[in-house]
Amino acid sequence: MAASQAKSITKTSSAARKRTGKAAPALDRDELLAAYSKMLLIRRFEEKAGQLYGMGLIGGFCHLYIGQEAVVTGMQLALEPGDQVITSYRDHGHMIACDMDPKGVMAELTGRAGGYSHGKGGSMHMFSKEKGFYGGHGIVGAQVSLGAGLAFANHYRGNDRVTLAYFGEGASNQGQVFESFNLAALMKLPVVFIIENNRYGMGTSVERASASRDLSQNGAPWHIPGMQVDGMDVMAVKAAADQAVAHCRAGNGPYLLEMKTYRYRGHSMSDPAKYRTREEVQKMRTEHDCIDLARRELEALGVAEDQLKRIDDEIKKRIQEAADFAQESPEPDESELWTDILVEA
Amino acid sequence: MSTDVLMPALSPTMTEGKLAKWLKKIGDTVKSGDVLAEIETDKATMEVEAVDEGELLKILVPEGTDNVPVNAPIAVLGTKGERVAAAPAEAPQAEAPQADTKSEPKPAPKAEAKPAPAPAGEKDSGEKDSGEKDWGEKDWGPTSEMTVREALRDAMAAEMRRDGDVFLMGEEVAQYQGAYKISQGLLDEFGEKRVIDTPITEHGFTGMAVGAAMSGLKPIVEFMTFNFAMQAIDQIINSAAKTLYMSGGQMGCPIVFRGPNGAAARVAAQHSQCYASWYAHCPGLKVIAPYSAADAKGLLRAAIRDPNPVIFLENEILYGHKFEVPTDEDFILPIGRAKIERVGDDVTIVAFSLMVDVALKAAELLDQQGISAEVINLRTIRPLDIETIVASVKKTSRIVSVEEGWPFAGIGAEIAMQITEHAFDWLDAPPTRVAGLDVPMPYAANLEKLALPQPNWVVDAVKKLF
Repeated sequence: MAASQAKSITKTSSAARKRTGKAAPALDRDELLAAYSKMLLIRRFEEKAGQLYGMGLIGGFCHLYIGQEAVVTGMQLALEPGDQVITSYRDHGHMIACDMDPKGVMAELTGRAGGYSHGKGGSMHMFSKEKGFYGGHGIVGAQVSLGAGLAFANHYRGNDRVTLAYFGEGASNQGQVFESFNLAALMKLPVVFIIENNRYGMGTSVERASASRDLSQNGAPWHIPGMQVDGMDVMAVKAAADQAVAHCRAGNGPYLLEMKTYRYRGHSMSDPAKYRTREEVQKMRTEHDCIDLARRELEALGVAEDQLKRIDDEIKKRIQEAADFAQESPEPDESELWTDILVEA
Repeated sequence: MSTDVLMPALSPTMTEGKLAKWLKKIGDTVKSGDVLAEIETDKATMEVEAVDEGELLKILVPEGTDNVPVNAPIAVLGTKGERVAAAPAEAPQAEAPQADTKSEPKPAPKAEAKPAPAPAGEKDSGEKDSGEKDWGEKDWGPTSEMTVREALRDAMAAEMRRDGDVFLMGEEVAQYQGAYKISQGLLDEFGEKRVIDTPITEHGFTGMAVGAAMSGLKPIVEFMTFNFAMQAIDQIINSAAKTLYMSGGQMGCPIVFRGPNGAAARVAAQHSQCYASWYAHCPGLKVIAPYSAADAKGLLRAAIRDPNPVIFLENEILYGHKFEVPTDEDFILPIGRAKIERVGDDVTIVAFSLMVDVALKAAELLDQQGISAEVINLRTIRPLDIETIVASVKKTSRIVSVEEGWPFAGIGAEIAMQITEHAFDWLDAPPTRVAGLDVPMPYAANLEKLALPQPNWVVDAVKKLF
């Protein structure tokens, strides 16, 4: 079963590339190197977060993004300054992709004053207007309507900004997601809806949760163009992102991308992931890992081993600094309890 | 044998309307389903269809007559050639009748309107703002009379002229001119970019409006009624109210959610509920419930300018009521300040929205019995103006709260608790509440009346305190 799943993903990959009309990789050597660095930064960040969680330094829910790094990394490469990103609670990767400081993200995970929300939001609720990141939302599907609203604001202001609204395949069954499809199509809102289909909504496989067999066509009743993409291949993601973002930026209304991806870890830290076999996970890790794939491409492009090693070392150092900061930063002052409830007029 | 054609009720709360035009003339043969006349309310024009067949023998109400009461005979139908002995009635008086707004018109038996697109509040009670200014509220000078409906519209129009980031969205707000005609004329003035019809998808469009507010726009979301906002309450509480806190102050949400709240008339349980205590429970929200047209105008303007999410609870029955409103272009009221509607010494009666009307009527009745009641119109539920209530209780030593919603964990419960905390030593009797009965709202006219606070309930509650 695992083998056939993996095969279908590979097949989707080539089909997606074909549909984007870009047989050649969408990234040149330098871009791919940057993408590789970003994906590795996200992975190392998440591994460290998992470690700190195990040490009791991070509390509550903590949803790791390991395995899915190519999705946000590839999508982000198609954005311009002023574009916006909004996502669910599996959000650390999106923040790092938006160039938010890993220190501030990690310190939020540990609930410290130096965190992006001063320790009042935690893993699922961080924001940076400056970086175009609008959260970080804890209620499944809510961010899709909110994302349509960010796009509405762009449309209202008459600018050409584009919004990326990410959600999982589990959320794709939510009523408000379909309501948002309708609204966005009706109003021609510049929003790319991105389904990160990692195949399990918590413990329920997509086949058991959705009667739709091709989620990329879930916007079809509203004539929202949709595309399936190999979400384990950052180049395929970038090619699809270019097409979708250009469509929105040109004022043609929303676009739907289904990213076929996979999370290696459980739904959250407390999930033992007994609903899938160890072999299935192992197969994805060894045969379809986005970072390995990019690394192989880079090696084929002649990037030297020691250059990659230098990148690895540098990222390790950055993550260690973030972890140190997250532990050294003080807990929020008790006065923070009563701030930010209302904006003082 | 002749039959009277009666003025039909076009909505659950309509008590009178204008007979705009006769489409049949005397001597015409009328078949069942023929359109006899057009009737205008302040929110819609409707056609009156004949139920019976016959010849139109007499027209009792000439076209162009305003304020024709529901159920008044407007014409006589009979067999051809039949003579009408005497006109059964003169054209109905044009003055607004002394009406208890809660009393229900009987269904018109002989004529039917095409289905009303939405319930409408129609009555002008002729009540005036008491004009009390001595509790320290700014005197805004000259006033003129307007309905709550007009006041709300004027408030939105004024703020939309002032700030290009303000826009209105909701079901039927644009082309239809508002299900309750609150947004009448706004589409013409501001265009479809800023007055936006939405599909009937509260969850989706509320989330969209909240997202737009997070990016800095200032949406006004009209819910056709607050009953339907329950479909969207996750976006209101979890997204609009909490995100500022969860973002450490980065993500404000300047948005107004407005629409009619509470019981209308004869629309039963799913359409008759007060949400004041639901929303007032939540930090991160402001909750306003205006009574008069001045409240409506001044507070809606303040709500639109407020950088926070504001729940603005209107009342359908009050929409057609007229009050004096300052004509000053800058007129605005502060959020969080109650208003003393009537000064008194013996007991404090606290109410909001339509229940202020009930409280004022109760105060009149009490006055006749030698009890002087002070009536406080809360205007804002959250933040609650407890200072004004405490100051009053220190004078009267007794307090009764009046609300239309259910008693359990209601606004009255909160007021009683806060008075106990802040003014216990001044009380001569336990804080008391009058609330809607603890039942889903029944449809039957008699049962509905029994479920909603009446002035005599308040009188009885007050008298128990002495």
